[in-house]
Amino acid sequence: MLYRETGQFKTSYKGDMAIFTIRQDRWALIAVLVFVVIGVPLIASQHVIAGYLVPFLIWSLAAIGLNILTGYTGQLSLGHGAFMAVGAYSAYNLASRVPELPIILVFLLAGLIAAVFGILVGSPSLRIKGFYLAVATLAAQFFVEWVFATYPWFVGGAASMVIDTPPMDIFGYRISSHLDNYYLVAGFVVVGALFAKNLVRSEIGRAWMAIRDMDVAAEVIGIRPLYTKLSAFAVSSFYGGVAGALYAFCYVKSVDFTAFDLFVSLKVLFMVIIGGMGSILGCFLGAAFIVILPIVLNEIAHLFAGQVPSALLTNLEHMIFGGLIIFFLIVEPHGLARLWTTMKEKLRLWPFPH
Amino acid sequence: MKIKKLVVAFCSGLVLGAFSIVPAMAADESDPNKEQFIPVLTYKTGPFAAGGSGFAGGMEDYMTLLNNRDGGINGIKLVWEECDYGYNTERGVECYERLKGKGLKGAPVFQPLSTGVTYALLERAAADKITLIFLGYGRTDATQGRVFPWGFPAVTNYWNQSTTKLAFIAQQEGGFDKLKGMKIVNLHLKHPYGIETIPVWNAMAAKFGFEVTHIPVPWPGIDQKSLWLQIRKIQPNYVINRNWGISCTVPLKEAARIGFPSDHIIGVWWCGAEEDAIPAGAAAKGYITSAFHGTGTDFPVIQDIFQHVYGVMKGNIAMTRVGSVYYLRGISAGIITTEVIRKAQEKYGVGPISGEEFRWAMENLDLTAERIAELGATNVVPPFKITCDDHEGGGATFFQQWDGSGWKKITDWIQPLDDITRPMIEASAAKYAEEKGITPRSGMSMGTDCG
Amino acid sequence: MLMELAFAIEVLIAGLLSGVMYSLVALGFVLIFKASGVFNFAQGAMVLFAALTFVRILEMGVNFWLAVAIALAVMILLAIIIERVMLRPLVAQPVIILFMATIGLNYFLEGLAQGIWDSQVHGLDIGIPDVPWMSVLESTNILISLFDVWSAVICGILVLLLAFFFQKGRIGRALRAVADDNQAAMSVGIPLQLIWAIVWAAAGLVALVAGTLWGQRLGVQFSISLVALKALPVLILGGFNSIAGAIIGGLIIGATEKLAEVYLGPIIGGGIESWSAYFIAMLFLIFRPQGLFGEEIIERV
Repeated sequence: MLYRETGQFKTSYKGDMAIFTIRQDRWALIAVLVFVVIGVPLIASQHVIAGYLVPFLIWSLAAIGLNILTGYTGQLSLGHGAFMAVGAYSAYNLASRVPELPIILVFLLAGLIAAVFGILVGSPSLRIKGFYLAVATLAAQFFVEWVFATYPWFVGGAASMVIDTPPMDIFGYRISSHLDNYYLVAGFVVVGALFAKNLVRSEIGRAWMAIRDMDVAAEVIGIRPLYTKLSAFAVSSFYGGVAGALYAFCYVKSVDFTAFDLFVSLKVLFMVIIGGMGSILGCFLGAAFIVILPIVLNEIAHLFAGQVPSALLTNLEHMIFGGLIIFFLIVEPHGLARLWTTMKEKLRLWPFPH
Repeated sequence: MKIKKLVVAFCSGLVLGAFSIVPAMAADESDPNKEQFIPVLTYKTGPFAAGGSGFAGGMEDYMTLLNNRDGGINGIKLVWEECDYGYNTERGVECYERLKGKGLKGAPVFQPLSTGVTYALLERAAADKITLIFLGYGRTDATQGRVFPWGFPAVTNYWNQSTTKLAFIAQQEGGFDKLKGMKIVNLHLKHPYGIETIPVWNAMAAKFGFEVTHIPVPWPGIDQKSLWLQIRKIQPNYVINRNWGISCTVPLKEAARIGFPSDHIIGVWWCGAEEDAIPAGAAAKGYITSAFHGTGTDFPVIQDIFQHVYGVMKGNIAMTRVGSVYYLRGISAGIITTEVIRKAQEKYGVGPISGEEFRWAMENLDLTAERIAELGATNVVPPFKITCDDHEGGGATFFQQWDGSGWKKITDWIQPLDDITRPMIEASAAKYAEEKGITPRSGMSMGTDCG
Repeated sequence: MLMELAFAIEVLIAGLLSGVMYSLVALGFVLIFKASGVFNFAQGAMVLFAALTFVRILEMGVNFWLAVAIALAVMILLAIIIERVMLRPLVAQPVIILFMATIGLNYFLEGLAQGIWDSQVHGLDIGIPDVPWMSVLESTNILISLFDVWSAVICGILVLLLAFFFQKGRIGRALRAVADDNQAAMSVGIPLQLIWAIVWAAAGLVALVAGTLWGQRLGVQFSISLVALKALPVLILGGFNSIAGAIIGGLIIGATEKLAEVYLGPIIGGGIESWSAYFIAMLFLIFRPQGLFGEEIIERV
């Protein structure tokens, strides 16, 4: 009843092209943004901010990156962790070797370095397609891990190959509390998500989707496959790189090469598939599912501590998590984002569905 | 679509069940002023389940023992909450955030049980004023308490352990002068934990004139054939087995197939549990590892646990695992933690202890042989004394050998070669202090004399 | 010089035999991919499940062959349940969705296996000695493990059996039809569900054999599910839908990764086995984008 677009007319091209054409959606977005900026620090405890929200936002950003490559352009990547690692290590080296650089610029430069690396990894994509392309990304994944485990130069000579991120200052203000970190991350994620949302509606975004739907056909209608695929790799790994840098600087603060292993790449892929391929909103839903759900399950399991053997509880957690993945796929194979859209469609007509 | 409905019903049932059944928590009269909260980080499934579950089981059993036998520490009951993080650093950090605020004065101490989580928590714990104890793992340079007030690599750290291994080899060969010209292979996991001791081995090789070859094992190390072919070519005198989980076992098998003697493989203590030796079968017989606590059930404290914990069905682990290596490591962690709390209560009064109070007590801990004997734990924990300068407090280890069914202690306590490790620790800590802008403590600092 | 040569041959043979062990795991993937186009992420968890079931039944004092039979029965039952509960509702969904479902299955099976049995390490001794083949060692100074030779033999028998089963007879024909085109096979009356259950059961059998052989070497514990990682480059090189490809791919990957580790590793930093296999696979792919034995891709607009 509340969610109705009657009486909302698009009177200009600009109006027609808005990201959110329905007024309620715009309000909802504003409400979410206000909540992110003002609501969260008022309600959420330190634990929720540091343990749930910060990683959730960072993983969402990483998932947006992968979704651009896999969801929008159709190029399967199992090496997103490598892009994140390149971002994290670049940021570390930039920040510790050139302390004069403002930290935000450091993150953006780290993203650019990751983008260059992404182009390199993506270059076989013209020749190798589909599942087989995964090999190029897998090679990148393991190679990057190995490089950061082998050459001390990248870690500033630490004996155990672990990097400790240097402190961050923005205009002389020291980022120290969980809330500071949260705002920094949230800023990147909000800008990144809006930018991505616009990007996929632009010319390049439509080219990506054409390549995804059928690359030979796209080529025939004049889309350059090499440029399009590589640009997707670049943008995707830029997002991955920034997410990796944020992960290292704003969340764990001490990372080693195992922090970005194959399972991280798979984890981001799960987020994209569960959330919904080709949907920016889906990235957030998928990240929530993969990052927050296991923690919630773990907390629920704690209610039973003492009555059920704890090892069994952990196993049950895994089983329920796996069961839920299968369950959601059976209910809605196109991801949580599609579930959300369906719900919205129903809401439009509610309470008179006919 | 009957099946679909079934699936839906089943899954939603599972979820609803999990949410709705509020467990019947025993509503005993819990008074937060009479309770000491201890967080327990662990991992009970996955590739390193043996270590995580054994450690947590031992530690919890010891705390249960104190509660059941003595009514807690001076009447303060010990309460704890587990957090299973699956050896995943990110989840470990989340567990820390979740548990740090529990209890009246928050969690006083964390034992991360993983090198990665230790590194990740060092700064957070210092900011939150919570003590970190990493019993026998990284990071080594936290031994210098002037730079790392909140970190304690208690009992023995990795660098000193490596020197005791060399001392043991020298003992076997008949003196340090015999090391000259020997070949030693440092077979280590390609992981921060495995890499950490490379500089020490290089330093020792330079000093004693032996040749060391570092061979990294790519994770997970389930196939090490090519590495062992290299070892066969090198023909070393000794191989150091510095792995974790499955990659500890594989070398024993590989050694057997190239005919390398198992009693010339010297393992780290994280490769020295029953779970590492048993799967290798006959190939493990004769294998030697370092250790810093005893194993078996032949200790008064374990007998007490049988009586007061398992006797009343309050055990925290399968009874068959009581007395195993990881279990005893948990017991020793439990003893150290509770003794520190006792010490803190002496100074700050009987009641829950905060992280700062715990830290002070830890830094002034002097666990004497007499006290350990009183606890019925002689040879379960070595005596050690922590100072501001020395957050390790000893560093001696002994060596044990697998006889096909159990570990047998084969040496006395072996002292580390401090003259090699100490300058390295100083240098590494100084570098950390410089990077982080930390001024090393001096004089009276945080209630301790730092000279 | 002769010593060097003998050593190189030794590395080569060790690599080839390692490759056989990888192929064994890869086979399970190929079977399922061939019949349903699904990349079964849960194959590693199936190996774990099969091996744990087997070793725990064995520990109860059950006769060896009876334990094999029971474990096999459990795997067949598992295949039927998977087909009923998971695959049937997802029929005709895109491949990536099925892939994701197997990831859910992976979590589920890991929890189930360790929940029913436990997360402890179990020694498993099936009586194959893991010692050097003495007569070869003495005559040529080349070290070959007897265990590896035995595994190669077992693997060979398994491949022959599977190849026979899937090429001949009604089921073989039906299977190839399903592999070719799901929809067309269904429309000519081939029971898709039955074929899928059979294929998953066969993959369960392969998992059991792989789990037993790897379990003998490593002990049965969670980590044996990680052998799936080793199978990945083999699959990519050999092609996802060719049994022969899995074998040849395994041999190539095994041999080259060992040679690379021994001869290249010490020069550039060691531990390169983790990625060298993928580089090799990528080099092959640049020249043959569909894998060594994969079917030619014909692109139409």
